[in-house]
Amino acid sequence: MLPDLTRKSPLGIYLEHCSQGELAYQVCTDDHSAVFFPRVSVPGTGSTNLEWRVSKGLGTVYATTVVHYKGEPPLNVALIDVDEGFRLMSRVEGIDPMQVKIGMRVKVRIQPGDEKQPPYPVFAPLEAAK
Amino acid sequence: MSTLKRASVAVVGAAESDLGQVAPHTSPADLMAQATLRALDDCGLKLSDIDGIFSATSQIRLSPLALAEYLGIKPDFFDGTIIGGSSFMSHVAHAHAALEAGLCEVALIAYGSTQRTVSRAAASRPEYNYYETPYRPFLPASAYAMAAARHMHQYGTTREQLAAVAVSARQWALMNPVAWEKEPLTVEQVLSARMVSYPFTVRDCCLVTDGGGAIILTTAARAKTLKKKPVYVLGTGEAISHATISNMRDLTVSAAAESGPKAFRMAGIKPADVDMLSLYDAFTITPILFLEDLGYCPKGEGGRFVSGGAIAPGGKLAVNTSGGGLSYCHPGMYGLLVLIEAVRQVRGECGKRQVKGCDIALAHGNGGVLSSQCTVIFGSEATL
Repeated sequence: MLPDLTRKSPLGIYLEHCSQGELAYQVCTDDHSAVFFPRVSVPGTGSTNLEWRVSKGLGTVYATTVVHYKGEPPLNVALIDVDEGFRLMSRVEGIDPMQVKIGMRVKVRIQPGDEKQPPYPVFAPLEAAK
Repeated sequence: MSTLKRASVAVVGAAESDLGQVAPHTSPADLMAQATLRALDDCGLKLSDIDGIFSATSQIRLSPLALAEYLGIKPDFFDGTIIGGSSFMSHVAHAHAALEAGLCEVALIAYGSTQRTVSRAAASRPEYNYYETPYRPFLPASAYAMAAARHMHQYGTTREQLAAVAVSARQWALMNPVAWEKEPLTVEQVLSARMVSYPFTVRDCCLVTDGGGAIILTTAARAKTLKKKPVYVLGTGEAISHATISNMRDLTVSAAAESGPKAFRMAGIKPADVDMLSLYDAFTITPILFLEDLGYCPKGEGGRFVSGGAIAPGGKLAVNTSGGGLSYCHPGMYGLLVLIEAVRQVRGECGKRQVKGCDIALAHGNGGVLSSQCTVIFGSEATL
């Protein structure tokens, strides 16, 4: 069923989960495929059979780069393949950005939001996160 | 499947605007108009002959309106498709369709940018995306850097091989009098330059310049009556795959693997039949991906393919003879200049950097973050 966008948006629901410390995603109940970013319909089919799930928060680094902004420490940016079958952009924290490697196992943590920035998921190496 | 006819339309006029750094207060429309008048002069047509306009620039949202207003024309057909740097290859395909359908008879494609003068941030305002912006990727560089990182991981491609793309481009640029860069470049200089987004240093990234250009197309029948030898559109192919890098399925395979075969099929030729390639080199990884995806080497071999001077002057394949976005000019959406170099090579107008016997040239455009891929194949009269 299509959501009522005058009440709640896909991103709004996602952010509610983030503020509970959860990484949420959608699943298409037709074929159980994961859908991310959250949206009103399943890409490719247009099906509206979407349900929200909370990820266990474990994933693998798919791609990584280190951004050098002038006058700032190097910053990791990575694409993470989450175990439930979706990918998102994030960063891997807690280690030297150059030591973030493709294939590395990582675990999510939700960065709390503030007035300017809503909460968002970041990752740390699985060993360090325990 | 496209029903457009091979060689039913041709490029008859092609010109750059002033390039590099333009005077303060120059507008993108000034550059479009300057290039348009040069392209008209190139083919001998008058402003009043133009009845179709195609344009895109990041600095004017409704650019066909601005261009028609500036030039003082009321075109019968207009198209402001904007999909990044490949917009103009798309415009060629759309102009081809419009000309064949009789919606217009003389089509102008124009571009202008003053991003060096006004700054990149002002020329192309970043859009907020909740799923990416908080992580502060330096876009577009970081997206292409992650594609390069995947290519290195999967295929053993090295930073030296990436640097070979920049060094080859520089060698070509030294033969182009209007190229921005004037000094030789070594692999070591590329590797030791300021790091931007690993594995890219500033020398792995395209230039930030001002500039623009215009090309004029008409029907094959009318093209034969004009000043210069027509450069026929033999084939076109367009493909889009995603908008954001987080949603690109495989970062080592671009939609050039779809646009290329479409263009080759329409042109009725094979990759090996092409004499010269003009490949959008936004970053050093892009020509590597496009050489693979367009069929010039197997997937994963692109890094080894470009090393050892294979795409430099005197190499086995002439690629980006203008010096490319890496060393010649890169005003932000560089695709129009990619087309112009291919047209000039088919005409035999490239002076010291001219590829001998160039009858077929391929111009490949890339837009967004490897998002849009459009291929145009040009041919001389000998290919008819």
